[in-house]
Amino acid sequence: MDAIKLVSIIAAALAVSIGSIGPALGEGRSVAAAMDAIARQPEAAGTISRTLFVGLAMIETMAIYCLVIALLLLFANPYAG
Amino acid sequence: MAASPLASTVLFNVGPVSITRPVVTTWAIMGVLAIGLRLLTRRLGMHPDRRQAVLELVVTGILTQIEDTIRKKPRPFLPLLGTLFIFLVAANLSGVLPGVEGPTAKPETPAALGLIVFIAVHFYGVRAHGPLGYLASFAKPKLIMLPLNLVSEVTRTFSLMVRLFGNVMSGEFVIGLVVALAGLFVPIPLMVLEILIGLVQAYIFTILATVFIGAAVDTAD
Repeated sequence: MDAIKLVSIIAAALAVSIGSIGPALGEGRSVAAAMDAIARQPEAAGTISRTLFVGLAMIETMAIYCLVIALLLLFANPYAG
Repeated sequence: MAASPLASTVLFNVGPVSITRPVVTTWAIMGVLAIGLRLLTRRLGMHPDRRQAVLELVVTGILTQIEDTIRKKPRPFLPLLGTLFIFLVAANLSGVLPGVEGPTAKPETPAALGLIVFIAVHFYGVRAHGPLGYLASFAKPKLIMLPLNLVSEVTRTFSLMVRLFGNVMSGEFVIGLVVALAGLFVPIPLMVLEILIGLVQAYIFTILATVFIGAAVDTAD
């Protein structure tokens, strides 16, 4: 196994593991805030959860970007020959 | 090594164009949806029976969601967004059927859908503001925001595509890995989760398309 493949695998693992920390913290904060808001105003639960879902999808995209980068490194690496 | 989730299998060639597996699956879904819904909506009456009541529930549900999001008359946007939602639900859930892999688990189909949304946003924007008015809306609130607005047009469409592709693909990838490692009936809870993710992603794709179109046709300022 040559060095580029080895580095690609390590980089893919690093991309997913480090890249998922930020979105995880962000999603935790937003869900906590949404629960707080629903507890205060249960009648607004519909609007809050719809906005929450859209926001979670936005945050989650960052983690998905890292996953796609990892897959590109593993399966479509332009330097691995 | 597992098969690459980025590449598609070529089934046959029509002249210089190779027809891949997701394309054939998409055609099958389109055929089933077009013929099935045509048959379902054949005899609509003033006093709905059970079948018509379910259909009306779906259509009014989509209409309410669009109206809640963009706060305008939702009817002009229903053909595009409703079709998008129903197709996405069918496409995301088709991966659960044995032997079928969902077309949204490959990058091409989400890219095509993202392109449709990208063009539709500008179409509705130009129709609401006129060509010059719509171009001027990129320089709001200040002229210095112009490059950022232009870049965000591209990146948000790209993220729309990557989000759908990544979520559906990662679900199927994980199920494939668990089948290979653990055995036949172990990934059933994961497949249930995959159904939920497919529905949520169809909803989110449609809602984000609605938000983008709503921002383009917004005449508040």
